[in-house]
Amino acid sequence: MRELDLYEITRAVRELSIEANTVANPDLRIALEKSLDKEESPAGKAVLHQLLQNQDIARKERIPICQDTGFTVVFLRVGMDIRFTGGSIQDAVNEGVRAGYTEGFLRKSIVKDPLTHPVNTNDNTPAIVHTELVPGDKVTVTLMPKGGGSENMSRIKMMKPADGTAGVKDFILETVQAAGGNPCPPVIVGVGVGGTFDYAAYLAKISLLRKIGERNSNQEIADLEREWLKEVNRLGIGPAGLGGRVTALDLFVEVFPRHIATFPAAVNIQCNAARVKTRVL
Amino acid sequence: MKTMARRIETPLREEIIKTLHAGDEVLLNGIVYTARDMAHARLKTLIEQGKNLPFEAVGSVIYYVGPSPAPAGRPIGSAGPTTSYRMDPFVPVMFKAGMRGMIGKGPRSEEVKRLIRESCGVYFGATGGAAALLSGSIIKAEVIAFDDLGTEAMRRLVVKDMPVIVINDCYGGDLYQEGIKKYSTMGKS
Ligand code: SF4
Repeated sequence: MRELDLYEITRAVRELSIEANTVANPDLRIALEKSLDKEESPAGKAVLHQLLQNQDIARKERIPICQDTGFTVVFLRVGMDIRFTGGSIQDAVNEGVRAGYTEGFLRKSIVKDPLTHPVNTNDNTPAIVHTELVPGDKVTVTLMPKGGGSENMSRIKMMKPADGTAGVKDFILETVQAAGGNPCPPVIVGVGVGGTFDYAAYLAKISLLRKIGERNSNQEIADLEREWLKEVNRLGIGPAGLGGRVTALDLFVEVFPRHIATFPAAVNIQCNAARVKTRVL
Repeated sequence: MKTMARRIETPLREEIIKTLHAGDEVLLNGIVYTARDMAHARLKTLIEQGKNLPFEAVGSVIYYVGPSPAPAGRPIGSAGPTTSYRMDPFVPVMFKAGMRGMIGKGPRSEEVKRLIRESCGVYFGATGGAAALLSGSIIKAEVIAFDDLGTEAMRRLVVKDMPVIVINDCYGGDLYQEGIKKYSTMGKS
């Protein structure tokens, strides 16, 4: 058994909150640079240049890449040989969010009681915490600040088993088309298929933790990812929705077995400010 | 290639708005007011009750933004546009109050586009996600109303060469529709 003080979780969350929101990941940067070659629209190219320049400014001046510093979603992969000391995991994560969002001058975007008292909690808590138990004695902390604009354009559909692969493709295309310029394209499209109503959405969300260019390990699914990405980029939405070839930088699919009667499909849209940072404790 | 961006001063005058066309790149200079969901709801109530407004509405440009907090030495934190469709229901009353321009991201409703034509207004797009870049064109920021709303408070910004692009002009031009039509290859082989 390895003992780990929950303060370590707090510290990791605090630091990852600031880092994720101010320093863009290299895979995103490279994808944006590469997309400059593919983009034919002058207005679209100008937007891509702005986004690259924006990342430089954010990193140098230590200000957020995007003013919407998101709902803080935290994924914990906890080794089963760990014993935590010092309180509750949810509290430790929230404490980290509170500290990171305050010290890092990040925007506080969470309101309490969505229906009855939508008053800002003023520290961006609570975070959404997904915890998974895994073998070993390490903890992997992954933090994704998820913006509201792209989350709003996400959809879930309980399809018919007869809809099949073609049905999922149509659903993805409909979703991205309807989103247009709203979710700050170029986007990343996260797709979850199978499981239950809620689990399909979770699959779509965790697909967005992948690095751009990382294909599903199942060859057939990887082929679908390539094909559907091509289709999405035929929509013509382009950077910032001004029209162009680069609507999406990537498309990820995660699957899970499904019930014989159901065929849930979820599309979670990620924006050009795709922010994910990981640390192993 | 890239056309030269034009410098425009706020408040917007009708003669100027009439020279703007969808696709024009513009550098905005002068005063711009921020308001998003909650501030709009409060402004609507004030307008309907015939109360005084906390800003110079005539010819005004409203920027849909909820900035991040200003660190020491900066007038404002990162400040990119939020999605505009959520403000669509407030556009009629804002035009009535004298607003002429809006800055945001994403398409507007048919009603808003009609009002932009009829009221001789303009909708500018700013690049969503380019919030640190856009922040650099804001040289002054002060909260003028609804302080309790935090990031959603109404602010008076002074902007210098803020880069925007005309999405909807007063002639019915719509850059989103035209741009996507031009580059979509759906249904084509
Ligand atoms: S959708 Fe993403 S890039 Fe656009 S405003 Fe929201 S967080 Fe920023």
